[in-house]
Amino acid sequence: MANLITVNGVTHRYDKHKVLEDVSFTIEKGSFVGLVGPNGSGKTTIIKLILGLEKLQKGSIEAFGKPIEKFHNKGHVSFVSQKANSFSRGFPATAKEVVSMGLTSKVSLLRPTTKKYEYLIFEALDRVNMMEYANHNIGDLSGGQQQRIFIARAIVNNPSLLILDEPTVGVDTENVEQFYQLLSQLNEELGITLILVSHDIGTITTHVTDLLCLNKSVHYHGNPSDFEHMTDEQRSKIYGHDMHTITHDH
Amino acid sequence: MLDAILNFEILRNTFYTGLIVGLLAPLLGTFIVVRRLSLIADGLSHVTLAGISFGLFMQKKYTLLALTPFHTGIIFSIIGAIVIENLRGVYKAFQEIAIPITLSIGVGLSVVFIAMADGINTDIYAYLFGSVAAVSRSDLYLVLFTAVFVIVVITFLYKELFALSFDEEFATVSGIRAKIIHYLFIIMTALVIAASIRIVGVLLVSALMTLPVATAMRIAKSFKQTIVYSIIFGEVAVIIGLITGYYLEIPPGGTIVITSAILLGLTLLIKKWYLAYIYKG
Repeated sequence: MANLITVNGVTHRYDKHKVLEDVSFTIEKGSFVGLVGPNGSGKTTIIKLILGLEKLQKGSIEAFGKPIEKFHNKGHVSFVSQKANSFSRGFPATAKEVVSMGLTSKVSLLRPTTKKYEYLIFEALDRVNMMEYANHNIGDLSGGQQQRIFIARAIVNNPSLLILDEPTVGVDTENVEQFYQLLSQLNEELGITLILVSHDIGTITTHVTDLLCLNKSVHYHGNPSDFEHMTDEQRSKIYGHDMHTITHDH
Repeated sequence: MLDAILNFEILRNTFYTGLIVGLLAPLLGTFIVVRRLSLIADGLSHVTLAGISFGLFMQKKYTLLALTPFHTGIIFSIIGAIVIENLRGVYKAFQEIAIPITLSIGVGLSVVFIAMADGINTDIYAYLFGSVAAVSRSDLYLVLFTAVFVIVVITFLYKELFALSFDEEFATVSGIRAKIIHYLFIIMTALVIAASIRIVGVLLVSALMTLPVATAMRIAKSFKQTIVYSIIFGEVAVIIGLITGYYLEIPPGGTIVITSAILLGLTLLIKKWYLAYIYKG
C-alpha cells in the first residue's frame, strides 16, 4: 500500500462559506508532506476531515485503504494540534503522564503490564530528548519543551502517520529549527509519514519531501525544490494572491 | 462517638456512608475540577433537591413507600446529568450555561414540591445541610453499590477519562469514544452527588468535590498524586466533621466543609512558608 491517504474531490462548506473546493491529493507512505496555505485556506479543515473530527460533505477520503467513514483509528494515525499550546497550564500532570495518554488506544480489558507501558513512555521521551523532564509538571515547561512532550505523546503508540497542525506556534525561533530536525528524524529513522501544516512556507521547504499548497483548492503538489526555483510571480499564481515567502537566515 | 457508633446502627450507617463519600466525591471531583466543571456539582445537587422534594411530597400525599425521597433524588440527579450533557452539546460555545439552566429548574421544582408538601419540615432541613442520623441500612447499600460502580468504571477507564480531561481533541483522534465516556462520567457524578447529600446536604455537596481537590492541587506533582491527596483531605474532613458535628449538634455539612476550608487554608500557608524558606536557602 503506497498511499496512506487518498483525498478525492472533497468540497466543504461552513454554512454558506466554501472552505474547500474539489480538493484531491494523495499522501504516500514514508513521505514528509508540508501542507501550506494562507490563513483561512482550509488547511485545518482538510486535516479535521482526515482525522474524522469533521464530517465529510462531498467527495471521498480513504485512510489506509478504507473509506474514512469506516476507518477506526487504532493507533495508526496520531496528531499534534495547534491547541496543544493552549491547554490549561495549571493542569496537575507530569510530562510522563501526558505521554501516557498516547497509549489509550492500546488499552482494553486485557492491558499489557505497567512495565511495558513505562518502557514505551521512556522510549518516546528519550526520542524527543526530554527524558530528564519526565517528572516535571507540564505547565512548568517552556513552549518548545511542551511541544516535544506532545510529540512524544503522539509517537508513543508507534503510529504510521503523524499529522501536525501548526506545531511551531508558541515555540521561539531558535527552537523551531531543532523542532523541524526532530521531525525529519522521526520521518527518516522511524519511517513515520508526516503531514506538517504550516503557514510558514520558507522554513519548511528545506525539510519536507513533498509540498502541498492549498488555498480552497490544491494549487501545487510536488517537489519543494521545484517550487523554490520558481519566480515569485509563478508562485503567486499557484499559491494565491497573498503569498509571502518568509526567508530565515541562520 | 465511638461508643455511639458501635451501639446505634443509624450512626454506624452514617459513618460508613461518610467514609465512602469522602473517597468518591474527591475522586470524581479531581476530574471535574481539571475539566473546569466545578459548578456542575451545584447544578446537579439542586436538581437532586427537586427529586428529594418530589419524594417527600409523594410520601406525604400518597404514602408512596416503595420510593423514598433518596431514590427520587437519585433519579432526578441522573436525569439532570443527562440534560446538562445534552445542553452542553446544544450550546457548544457557551457550555457553562447548561449549569445555571439546570440549577434554576432544580430550585424552581424544589420550591413547588416543598410548597405542595406543606412547607419546610425537619426532613428537608436534613437534606439541605446534612445529618448524622439520616442513613438507613438500605441507603447505605445503595451508596455501597454506587461506590463499587464508580470505582470499577474509573479503574477501567482511568486513561480515557484522564486523556479526555486534558485534551479532548487528541483523545477523540486516538479513538476514544468521547460521547459515551462523557455520559458515563456525568451519571457517576450524579450518583455520587445523590449519595453525598445524605452526609453534607444539597447546599454543600459541591464543596466536598472541590475543596479537597483545590487543596491537593497545591502540593501534588502529578495527576495521580492529586487524586490520592484529594481523597486523604476528603476523608480527614469527613471524619473530623462528623465527630464534631455529632458532639456540637451541628449538621455535619457545616463542620465538614469548615474542616475542608481549614485544611485548604493551612496548606496554602504552609506552601507559602515552604517556598519562602526554599528561596531564602
